[in-house]
Amino acid sequence: MPSEFFIPDPQGQTPSPEGYFGAFGGKFIPEALVAAVDEVAVEYDKAKSDPEFARELDDLLVHYTGRPSSLTEVPRFAEHAGGARIFLKREDLNHTGSHKINNVLGQALLTKRMGKTRVIAETGAGQHGVATATACALFGLECTIYMGEIDTQRQALNVARMRMLGAEVIAVKSGSRTLKDAINEAFRDWVANVDHTHYLFGTVAGPHPFPAMVRDFHRVIGVEARRQLLEQAGRLPDAAVACVGGGSNAIGLFHAFIPDSDVRLIGCEPGGHGVETGEHAATLTAGEPGILHGSRSYVLQDEEGQITEPYSISAGLDYPGIGPEHSYLKDTGRAEYRAVTDDAAMQALRLLSRTEGIIPAIESAHALAGALEVGKELGKDGLIVVNLSGRGDKDMDTAARYFGLYDTDAEVAANAADTAEIEGDAK
Amino acid sequence: MSGNIQLLSDTLAGAKAEGRSALIAYLPAGFPTVDGGIDAVKAVFEGGADIVEVGLPHSDPVLDGPVIQTADDIALRGGVKIADVIRTVREAYEASGKPVLVMTYWNPIDRYGVERFTAELAEAGGAGCILPDLPVQESALWREHAEKHGLATVFVVAPSSLDGRLAEITAAGSGFVYAASLMGVTGTRASVGAQAEKLVERTRATGTGLPVCVGLGVSNAVQAAEVAGFADGVIVGSAFVKRMLDAPDHAAGVQAVRELAADLAKGVRRTA
Repeated sequence: MPSEFFIPDPQGQTPSPEGYFGAFGGKFIPEALVAAVDEVAVEYDKAKSDPEFARELDDLLVHYTGRPSSLTEVPRFAEHAGGARIFLKREDLNHTGSHKINNVLGQALLTKRMGKTRVIAETGAGQHGVATATACALFGLECTIYMGEIDTQRQALNVARMRMLGAEVIAVKSGSRTLKDAINEAFRDWVANVDHTHYLFGTVAGPHPFPAMVRDFHRVIGVEARRQLLEQAGRLPDAAVACVGGGSNAIGLFHAFIPDSDVRLIGCEPGGHGVETGEHAATLTAGEPGILHGSRSYVLQDEEGQITEPYSISAGLDYPGIGPEHSYLKDTGRAEYRAVTDDAAMQALRLLSRTEGIIPAIESAHALAGALEVGKELGKDGLIVVNLSGRGDKDMDTAARYFGLYDTDAEVAANAADTAEIEGDAK
Repeated sequence: MSGNIQLLSDTLAGAKAEGRSALIAYLPAGFPTVDGGIDAVKAVFEGGADIVEVGLPHSDPVLDGPVIQTADDIALRGGVKIADVIRTVREAYEASGKPVLVMTYWNPIDRYGVERFTAELAEAGGAGCILPDLPVQESALWREHAEKHGLATVFVVAPSSLDGRLAEITAAGSGFVYAASLMGVTGTRASVGAQAEKLVERTRATGTGLPVCVGLGVSNAVQAAEVAGFADGVIVGSAFVKRMLDAPDHAAGVQAVRELAADLAKGVRRTA
């Protein structure tokens, strides 16, 4: 029986056997990791064609994750988007609260097949870390999560969740103390412990086969959304919109629509304080091709190849690299990428909360802000699907500070006018 | 002007003819300053190092432990540029007449331009490069330019390398083979893994004519003597950097690395 939820790329045209999507991808890794990365590739190839693997993964995706995830139309939100119809692909409703679980369960099964007993992972906002800690609890694997020190502070709730699940969380104090540095530290761990440890990489970047494998585990997002749109809207969308940090939820949504040439694929990058300020993480908008974390792709770097420090209000998007397949989709023109500022994302977060009763993750709010723009461009006949990649619980502290929602917030308490304005807005 | 790959080979052959291992030291350029780093490299040569690897600091040194990360960070915050690295190589070579290599990650060279970098390194008297995150399969462009400019391409082999890969790597490399003594990042270790001797044996079993030098974890003369018992060269990095970091001032740091080099130079002549 063909798998219903684990649906690897059926065309199998990308990447090349060496892991290249056009000029991007490859395998820039130290010799110490070559054998382990090759083992992952071989084991994944075997698993992909093993009906037992698909059956096991499907079973988990249905009974543990809760797939298929809903497709929800959001008409009150869409009133602010020039009247276009907007549907949300509800990856926030998955177990653990984001799309990350799709990939994690796949790689956790692979870890067992390889006979490894320990898993390490990086995390930015903590969603990949929580999903990984969850799968490790489920499968009885030892788990260590690397997280930038700044991110452990802004996503303290997820740190507590990971520890509750039995994972060790290590706050990384080097470099910019965010996602990039967490990945560096995870690589250092992997080099030293590769004999019994699998690096459960959380996005569609890294050395081959990770970009293709992680994409395959997330393809289900777009496959479901495409089918659900045909059922619920009666046609394919004009645009599929997703946020991009490393790019996993975006590639998951986009991939099934790539052959549908009339569907625009739009990735929303973290524009931070504005690309012109230099304080952003809009890699495809402002980067140049280079090598970071094992593959060639667009990278935020200076003229001597030093990686520049990214910035975003969203810990999950705060990354100076991007998956190589996105670089390929950009250069071929099949997908387009635009930068969304912190402020635009936060406004969209509040708007969706107050018009539809859905609090999105700050990451996903970048896609929502992008959809508001795209909707106005398309006009009232437009049809948009947005990947709501995660829920916003983890971001309530950041959002409360941004909007001044705490009772103890001295500024809010002192200025009733501000409070009135916040409450009156978006109604 | 052609690079000094021949000087590198002659130096390693010379040590072998003396019945000893070569001492290869690593120090990052620009640490603690560009001129200070040049002083340190010269001191290490004066102390008795046969070959020096000059590090080109990178923002994301994923194969380095905390000691070299700290030094790279100091160098980058000081504003070190590739031109400064090239100047370090030039001054170290001109002062010592000994082979100087560059060790770095691939992105800085990719971004700077392979032709431009290899031409400038060769012109400065450099002998070659070690690029630990550029595997053989991705190295064709680099090797073409390195060969054209008379520069060695030193590849790393690891205890996890399968025999087939050892054959590919030794066939593609030049100068010498860098055998990683253990699975891990740079840094000093209490003992050098027993895996090192086995890896050297397996590397030689490929039939390569290249010298096999061992690095990672070696920090003192006793370890250097132990490694010298089975390897053609002993590579020491973090221990030098740590002496510089721990010194109360720059002059003391330079003196400390000179003394460490002298101590290690005795070690490689005292094969266990």
